Amino acid sequence: MRAFWSMGGYARYVWPCFGFAGAVLVWNLWSARGYLAAARIRAVRAMAMDENV
Amino acid sequence: MWTWFYKLASPPYVFGVAAALTPWFFALAALAIGYGTVAGLVFAPPDYQQGDAFRIIYVHAPAAWLSLFAYTTMAVAGSIGLIWRIKMGHAVAAATAPIGASFTLLALVTGSLWGRPMWGTYWAWDPRLTSELILLFLYIGVMSLRPAFEDPARGDRAAALLSIVGVVNVPIIHYSVLWWNSLHQGATVAKIGKPAMPGSMLWPLLSMLLGFMLFYGAVLCIRVRGEVLNRERQATWVREAVKS
Repeated sequence: MRAFWSMGGYARYVWPCFGFAGAVLVWNLWSARGYLAAARIRAVRAMAMDENV
Repeated sequence: MWTWFYKLASPPYVFGVAAALTPWFFALAALAIGYGTVAGLVFAPPDYQQGDAFRIIYVHAPAAWLSLFAYTTMAVAGSIGLIWRIKMGHAVAAATAPIGASFTLLALVTGSLWGRPMWGTYWAWDPRLTSELILLFLYIGVMSLRPAFEDPARGDRAAALLSIVGVVNVPIIHYSVLWWNSLHQGATVAKIGKPAMPGSMLWPLLSMLLGFMLFYGAVLCIRVRGEVLNRERQATWVREAVKS
């Protein structure tokens, strides 16, 4: 198991790469969902404003 | 075929299709990335020259490939918006830009971390690295240009023009290792004849490539839905879609 985590002495290069890749995937998912949620809120507000007018 | 193609110009149709495709893309991406990660980190043998450092390829190559694919998609979508004045073209282009930029950054960071043990430096002004960095600047330029105009239609047109001009960088990145002396290795997977990798190393890489593409598809679907809502918020169908 230790051999796996040490990655033949390249652990400090290999694991940050996979960690950063995971972070990029998570950020993409989080930001896209946030973008859609914000767009939905703007659409609802626009609808409410039109109904008030 | 053409009927389906024309339907892609319709915002409500695209909104519905994107919503239906998203969970499928995510599920398949999770399977492909899961298999690729485990097989690449655990089962693939170490490289005879690079040892275990070669495993960085499983995130670096798919990210680099996706950075080019996303840019090409953005330029094609922008041209469709510009030439045929199809609004969905601009929406897809706008949705693609942040995804492509993030994967370009990933390719640069992982390439830099791979370069340190192999080349002895995190960065060199090598043709492949420099052209990939220019790609990141192009993405940032496109994303900054769109909201810089008060009139959104003008912003869309300007961003589309920049993305079309910048697409010349895509073949430069791809062929830079052939055209100039480069520290970067040549083609590994896309070699005509046979790839320069055994199957035990290649299959996890292909799985990661597929997984990243599917993930891109899923995130693009979510962002396109957001773009459609932003652009069509006064339309009747949006009101019905938001209510439901």
